Amino acid sequence: MHSRTSDSAVDAPLRESASDGLKIVIVGGFGVGKTTMVQSVSEIRPLSTEETMTQAGIGIDDASFVQHKTTTTVAFDFGRISLDEQMVLYLFGAPGQERFWFLWDRLFSGTLGAVVLVDTNRLADSWYALDRLEHHGTPFIVARNNFTEPQHTLEEVREALDLPPEVPVIDCDARTRDSSKNVLVTLARYLYSLSATSAVGSTV
Amino acid sequence: MIRGALDNEDPDRLYTVTGGRSRADESVFDMVTLIVSECEPVPGMQSEHARILRMCRGPLSVVEISSYLDLPVSVVKILLCDLLDTGRITARHPHAARTGGRLPEPETLKKVLVALQNL
Ligand SMILES: Nc1nc2c(ncn2[C@@H]2O[C@H](COP(=O)(O)OP(=O)(O)O)[C@@H](O)[C@H]2O)c(=O)[nH]1
Ligand SMILES: [Mg+2]
Repeated sequence: MHSRTSDSAVDAPLRESASDGLKIVIVGGFGVGKTTMVQSVSEIRPLSTEETMTQAGIGIDDASFVQHKTTTTVAFDFGRISLDEQMVLYLFGAPGQERFWFLWDRLFSGTLGAVVLVDTNRLADSWYALDRLEHHGTPFIVARNNFTEPQHTLEEVREALDLPPEVPVIDCDARTRDSSKNVLVTLARYLYSLSATSAVGSTV
Repeated sequence: MIRGALDNEDPDRLYTVTGGRSRADESVFDMVTLIVSECEPVPGMQSEHARILRMCRGPLSVVEISSYLDLPVSVVKILLCDLLDTGRITARHPHAARTGGRLPEPETLKKVLVALQNL
């Protein structure tokens, strides 16, 4: 997979002063453009890895209640953007499928926010992800990746996904750097406004 | 693309790599904790440890190490525990995270916003 002649051949080293890793996750159905978006904005060639988790369980339809173990494996890809001398933003592209959420707490706790990438022809693919993000209390925006001329307005998308009015919903083209960058800027602006609002609220 | 070596990972190999231990205090490491070597590999050292030390001459995240080593994140965390215990690496843990459901300070997020705008 990553055939390398030398371990020190790390693609692009971080600056010496890098000290603060930040996480943003892009979730969405298969083929919606997650990897494409990571690639568009990352300063390194996107990398991929996996996490596995073994859960002990008791078979419910097993009369003898024998312990068995299930191993969940989730693959994800990621890229990186150095923001300043200290901060490095890691951008994860992750499938929104069910088993992935078993690993959310282990992998993605501390994530600042999420981009839910949707294909309007397959909106139903994102319902589960939206539900889980709400459950985990992770702030998110919705970005529609347009493969073809969109058939619906963004307001119709908001309605179809039953999104609260404050959640940003935007169009994007995951293949272009500017558009993908705009998605991240929109998320960052939203997170900033949420934080500023709650900071004001807590000092009153 | 993503599926590959790990899917067919031999459980014995993972067992060997981690010395049969499961989860030390791996929770000290976040996926985006940055690791820096404090020494060079020495002869006789476990090969994965040596590889990590070579890789982390400059800061590198746990998840990048996992990708380069082709090992699951949790296995890498166990290897890092060994190196941290023996002072061979230092770890720079994330500060700007959402903890306990609270976002970082607005000033921090403002910096993130401005940096992204200036990309
Ligand atoms: N026409 C078009 N193709 C796209 C767009 N975004 C991604 N693709 C293509 O769709 C395919 C799936 O994208 P990918 O990023 O791998 O999806 P992922 O499964 O969500 O990671 C790839 O062949 C991309 O080149 C887009 O905005 N327009
Ligand atoms: Mg992908």
